[in-house]
Amino acid sequence: MAKLMEKKTKRKLTATDITFNILNYTFYVIFTLICIYPFYYLIINTISANDLSANGAINFIPKKIHFDNYVNVIKIKGLSTAAWISLLRTVIGTIFTVLASAFLGFMFTQQRMWGRSFWYRVIVVTMYFNAGLIPMYLTMKHLYLTDNFWVYIIPLIVQPFNIILVKTYVESIPSSLQEAAEIDGAGIITVFRKIILPTCKPILATIAIFSAVGQWNSFYDTLIYITNQKLYSLQYLLYCYINQANSLKALINNTAGTSTNVMSLAIQQTPTSVRMTVTVIVLIPILCVYPIFQRYFVKGIMIGSVKG
Amino acid sequence: MHVSKEVRTKNIPKLNRRKNVQGKIMFLYILPFLLLSFAFSYYPLHGWIYAFYDYRPPLKLSQCDFVGLQWFNMLFANPTQIKLIMKVMLNTFAISGLTLATTILPVIFAIFLSEIKCKWFRNFVQTFTTVPNFISWVMVFSVAYSLFTGTGMVNTMLLKIGLIDTPIKFLDGDTHTWLSMLLWYIWKSLGWGSIMYLAAIAGIDQELYEAARVDGANRFKLMRHITLPALMPTFFVILMLSVANFLNNGLDQYYVFQNAFNRQHIQVLDLYVYNVGMTGSSPSLATAIGMLKSLVSITLLFAVNLLSKKIRGVTII
Repeated sequence: MAKLMEKKTKRKLTATDITFNILNYTFYVIFTLICIYPFYYLIINTISANDLSANGAINFIPKKIHFDNYVNVIKIKGLSTAAWISLLRTVIGTIFTVLASAFLGFMFTQQRMWGRSFWYRVIVVTMYFNAGLIPMYLTMKHLYLTDNFWVYIIPLIVQPFNIILVKTYVESIPSSLQEAAEIDGAGIITVFRKIILPTCKPILATIAIFSAVGQWNSFYDTLIYITNQKLYSLQYLLYCYINQANSLKALINNTAGTSTNVMSLAIQQTPTSVRMTVTVIVLIPILCVYPIFQRYFVKGIMIGSVKG
Repeated sequence: MHVSKEVRTKNIPKLNRRKNVQGKIMFLYILPFLLLSFAFSYYPLHGWIYAFYDYRPPLKLSQCDFVGLQWFNMLFANPTQIKLIMKVMLNTFAISGLTLATTILPVIFAIFLSEIKCKWFRNFVQTFTTVPNFISWVMVFSVAYSLFTGTGMVNTMLLKIGLIDTPIKFLDGDTHTWLSMLLWYIWKSLGWGSIMYLAAIAGIDQELYEAARVDGANRFKLMRHITLPALMPTFFVILMLSVANFLNNGLDQYYVFQNAFNRQHIQVLDLYVYNVGMTGSSPSLATAIGMLKSLVSITLLFAVNLLSKKIRGVTII
């Protein structure tokens, strides 16, 4: 019977179906290539001979493979500091946001809290308005957060959207768990630590992933609040590199030129090679993290779409 | 039994008081976070008063002149300013309008992708087309810069084929700026935007399709009459949200792509506020524009919410 059905469906493939399938597959293959080729292009250019890549000779296959670009770029002054800043803000920022979202989301499910629904609304409403660029800048200035590493962290701790996500999640956990723990003498903090944190793991993982990607990619806050070069994030530094090809050349010569004066053209740093190498370095964490955590990303957008 | 009941009733006031105290303590726990929310969401609103002063940064606000509605009047009275604002508004409307018009693309992308029966291929497409969504606009710009400069892949190829004699200035020119901004936006967000619709399609009852097929519906009729209607609720919400965000193009994309050549066509409202307020000389004017923008945005949001309630009976905020 099943075989018969199969035959039947197979026979149904008409000429229109075949053309449709071919066109459809072709479109998706092309679009997928457009999405991934740029990354491939960057990577092969960073590992090919620099004189070739500066002339645009590397398009599909890497030639004369070497890894000096990575070795040299790491030596550039400022890059390691920026990488450190980016890493720190990603780690600290994510931890703070996740813990605060979990705690607030949980607390707002507690009927006993004084003025619970009022305070909840006070926080949620902030999603829908913002004061604008200049007032925000002045605020940060008043709070001594301009040119301060903590400007990357503190303003992002309380995230209404994440709080809503956690609150909805906690409400779906049977409250008997908490009651049982309280009868055993657990305080609210113990309940949070021992019961809520472990049970909310899936939603917290989703929040953590989104927050980490957001922190790593953030560019705007450095642009506006930071002037001290020591606090530049990697994204901002990359932007500077792209826009200041000339000063970059000087920078490279200062860093690498002294140690090896007679450098072959193939491995000598060019603005193009530095720019591309830094791009790939910034890119790699995202490319590594993304496939592993893809299901969390998908889950995140699904939860978000249920109730915004 | 009897005794315990008495004890319980006796303890109720005490219990209530304990509950009250507990509630207050809980409030104290969240107080620091409320303060943070206040500091970074409510307190900045006080900055709107700067729109009514002639604020010059090194000075304190008290040392600056109160100018009333001068900045607002200037926006609508000074001819050169009007011209500039009109230009900025045109850019904003053009780019937001194009974005709005292409909100349907992820729907189409999802519908046609779900027509592909090979599961691993579907997953493959889904995984790789969503990657660009997770890189920042700076990275997108770096990618664009690498591919589209004079020695980039696109120009090299075009030269090799013989289609052009001199490299095209994709980035440092001002041809089709709106379109190229739209295309980069689509490149970055199309795959990601379709995920929600793909999930919605997966949730459609297969019997509907079976029944329609028995009635003689072909592939396109199935898409048109079953899949598309099932996606409409989600599409409607997304569309309404992008209407509400009509004035909020964001700064990142336009900031990284802007240069001396394309400024005429890339300067959207958010970028203009930045250029005037942070690099230009007039933070007060920027504040005034930002204030108007916030008010219009929130009005739009409420209007859209009302519309959604009227049409579909569901609010979106």
